[in-house]
Amino acid sequence: MIYMDNAATTRMDERVFEAMRPYMLEQFANSAGTYGFASVSSQAVEKARKQVAFVIGAKASEIYFTSGGTESDNWALKGAAKALEGKGKHIIISAIEHHAILHSAQALEREGFEVTVLGVDSDGVVTPEKVESAIRPDTILVSIMAANNEIGTIEPIEAIGAVCKKYGVLFHTDAVQAFGHIPLDVEAMHIDMLSASAHKFHGPKGVGMLYVRRGVKLTPFMDGGAQEKKRRAGTTNVPGIVGMGAAAELAKANLDESMKKMSAVRDHLIARIESEIPHARLNGHRTNRLPGNVNFCFRFIEGEGMLMLLDAAGICASSGSACTSGSLDPSHVLLAIGLPHEIAHGSLRLSLSEATTMQEADEVVDALKGIIPRLRSMSPLYEDFVRNENK
Amino acid sequence: MYTEKVMDHFMHPRNVGEIEGASGVGTVGNAKCGDIMRIYLDIDENQVVRDAKFKTFGCGAAIATSSMATEMIIGKTVQEALAVTNKAVMDALGGLPPVKVHCSLLAEQAVHAALWDYAQKNNIRIEGLEPPVDDVDELDHEEDEE
Repeated sequence: MIYMDNAATTRMDERVFEAMRPYMLEQFANSAGTYGFASVSSQAVEKARKQVAFVIGAKASEIYFTSGGTESDNWALKGAAKALEGKGKHIIISAIEHHAILHSAQALEREGFEVTVLGVDSDGVVTPEKVESAIRPDTILVSIMAANNEIGTIEPIEAIGAVCKKYGVLFHTDAVQAFGHIPLDVEAMHIDMLSASAHKFHGPKGVGMLYVRRGVKLTPFMDGGAQEKKRRAGTTNVPGIVGMGAAAELAKANLDESMKKMSAVRDHLIARIESEIPHARLNGHRTNRLPGNVNFCFRFIEGEGMLMLLDAAGICASSGSACTSGSLDPSHVLLAIGLPHEIAHGSLRLSLSEATTMQEADEVVDALKGIIPRLRSMSPLYEDFVRNENK
Repeated sequence: MYTEKVMDHFMHPRNVGEIEGASGVGTVGNAKCGDIMRIYLDIDENQVVRDAKFKTFGCGAAIATSSMATEMIIGKTVQEALAVTNKAVMDALGGLPPVKVHCSLLAEQAVHAALWDYAQKNNIRIEGLEPPVDDVDELDHEEDEE
């Protein structure tokens, strides 16, 4: 099997699993316990907090563990909106945010908040100028993702952060795809809140975090016990958090090397597809791009069929076609970069890890060279295209 | 999510292609929704479907329903072909996920559109055949959720 869906989730690193193991078995204490047995667990959680904070240049005290990226995004938007509604009710997001942000913003809209959804250019970039021109006196929050999950475009977060700072507006970034994959620094980038999820960088599923800059007001999202300094209730997920910490440390230590290695495989895939498969369009920014992301649209065909034939060839990938979204519309990200529906339906995302080899990349391109012509030979759109070409 | 039958018709679709000088050609669906089906019919002088071919832009279910629909109408009279419903195509495939039911409607309508084209060309009337519609999702059909 060739696994090229690392943007969906990654394989847990064995070292991460080994770090977690004792906290699932013998060291099972609730970290809130007052006995010595529990302090081993609470110390492990605090160590993980430092490991995670170090990746983004934050203080350990500014890291709040959650159940994952979706919770972190929900909390950041809804928590900040509730805490700041006395100041204003205007929020700015982009059109290519993850549904955790889009749907949280829509939920806030139903509660009387006003949301400006910024468009992107054809590469999927949100410009700082656009953010600046959308800021109003009643703007309380800007949330722009660090890197897009579908097309891999890395956003100019530092410049957007500077704009927010200039106007005194809170800045949140969904860094679920970026954390542990590209350099991030909450100070240099003027980030007030940042979401991350452990399973996107070889950690366990079901654990994430929200970085909250000291002094930022945020109402709790989960009510209950006094965990996470009374800001996020619920029994501490000790093994998960330990795993996230271990994965964060590994990601940070290997960052330069993994970026270099993945970018090389990525660029090889892009180059081969562009030169060997006709009517293919690269989606996302060509250079400001996640090291592990390849996203193409292949004209005249639909994504699900492509995924099924890839699967039959032992290759796991994903698509932004309607059939994979559960609706009749293709990916909102592909539509936001200006693609017409019929082209957006034919998208393919290949997302790599450090373990992805050049040979695997070659095998995938070779498979696509059989699959795409096969689907095109069945496509009435291709038939019409060829007919017009021959006129 | 798909039955073995659906997978079989997707992986090994029957009757893919075009028919030169077809008796009737019907294209339904639109690229916006991600499905377009085109069916070619070769109908003999006794109004029997001698051959049927298809071209489909769409998901696995769309390809499988096109394949199954063409298989089901070959050898049938136009009247019998008209009676092949989306439900019959679905049943023959062992069912479809609820979100894919519209693919079977599309296949049914593609056959109807091709029959309509045949009827127009030959200036005949096929009992019970309605002109093709643009949006199959507007059709009031029994949508079995299997």
